[in-house]
Amino acid sequence: MNLPQFSEAGTVLCCMLVLLVPLAIVGLALLNTGLGRSRSAAQSMLGSICILAVAAIAYFVFGFWREGYAGLPQHTISIAGKPWGWLATGSFFLHGLRLDGSPASLAAMLQIFAVALAALIPWGSGADRWRLRAGCLSTAIFAGIVYPLFAHWVWGGGWLAQLGTNYGLGLGFMDAAGSGTLQAAGGLTALAIVWIAGPRYGKFQRGQMPAVFPGHHIVFVLLGSMLMLAGWIGLNGAGALLFAGIAPGRIVMVAINTVLCASGSLLTAFFVTHYRFGKPDASLSANGWVAGLAASSAICASVTPSAALLIGLMLGGAIPFIAEALELHCGIDDPTGGISMHAAGGLWGVFAVGFMGRFGVPVLGQLLAQLAGIATLLGFVLPLAFVLNWLLNRLVPFHGGGEGERAGMDMYELGAGAYPEFVIYADEFLPR
Amino acid sequence: MKLTGFLLLLTGWALTLAAIVLLPRAGARAAFMLAGIAVELLGLVLVTRAYLEQSEGTP
Repeated sequence: MNLPQFSEAGTVLCCMLVLLVPLAIVGLALLNTGLGRSRSAAQSMLGSICILAVAAIAYFVFGFWREGYAGLPQHTISIAGKPWGWLATGSFFLHGLRLDGSPASLAAMLQIFAVALAALIPWGSGADRWRLRAGCLSTAIFAGIVYPLFAHWVWGGGWLAQLGTNYGLGLGFMDAAGSGTLQAAGGLTALAIVWIAGPRYGKFQRGQMPAVFPGHHIVFVLLGSMLMLAGWIGLNGAGALLFAGIAPGRIVMVAINTVLCASGSLLTAFFVTHYRFGKPDASLSANGWVAGLAASSAICASVTPSAALLIGLMLGGAIPFIAEALELHCGIDDPTGGISMHAAGGLWGVFAVGFMGRFGVPVLGQLLAQLAGIATLLGFVLPLAFVLNWLLNRLVPFHGGGEGERAGMDMYELGAGAYPEFVIYADEFLPR
Repeated sequence: MKLTGFLLLLTGWALTLAAIVLLPRAGARAAFMLAGIAVELLGLVLVTRAYLEQSEGTP
């Protein structure tokens, strides 16, 4: 990776881009809330703010210490004569990091927001049954342990980034703004959470089709999706500057690629659902949009706009089928579609950059480096997230239980609902 | 079955890493890396099946 050297104008540009990222957090919080039940809406939004707070603090205390930044010292082990960087050697509480606009300090600032964005993915997938306290503790594990470890390997100069220099695999694992590091890691953690927490009561019954619990506020979902575009342009722009070392002028290409990938993905999801169901499905179309954004993070700095559009078109066509397969054939109760949007979208982005990215190196080598990253996400990040959360579930049970679901997580955990003056839901617990 | 699935996930990852370290030729390396990812996918299927059996018992 080329370590970036910013002029004062470049530093200001990077700061401005980072300051857009909270819009992605707001957008994802709205999307998560809108796709959940009305009786869990307040808990969902409060949880989103709490998760932002916990993720920021956990990353500040532990995260950056474990992750570091390219060029900073790291622990290495020697395997067959090659150094494998596996952990940074920083200090707690960002100690020793000069917060003066240096690339390392900008990276820390970006990731305080970005890790919160990734931590919101499991929160959405566990909606309507995941307790707030357990969600906050799980976020601390994600932001303090799981994410920094993988992020160090990719962005901190670790062994995945070194695959190019050590083994001639292209430029090493390339993930400009976090399709793998943020989106797939968050999506796979969401899968672990859904496995541990289990489905909502009444979702799957033997011999029947899964029950449909429609989202309660599709306007939230679509507004959130649009807000996420602004946040994603900031995320991708800042990530490409800090982790892919692009020149500030190429932010134009990053922004165009981001919107084209998301647009292509949305439109194919729209048409696929229209063709299959007779009418377009708003929530699956929004899933397509967000999946396109998730995939754009890896490709934004290294493909042509036409390739970005193509990558989005291919992804959006698959998203409705992936979401359906997860629910019908895998028994995954994911109210927001976070696993299909972020895990599948992110992994597709990481893979696509291997054969469509223009790095000036042999395609096969780059593709193998990308496959190594995908294998690490599936074979290391997912089991690690599962084991840590499984242990946490033993201490603080994740599922709110039947009472939590019947009364709604709002009444169960907060004692008050989001919409106290309206009865706006049917009770699916009544016998049919 | 769940434990076996997670062990397969780890084994597939180890296969991928071993291919990178031990095999210098691009073709053999690619083949073994793909085999490693296939093992991971098998592990994912096993964990999912174990989860399906477990969730069918929930109300």
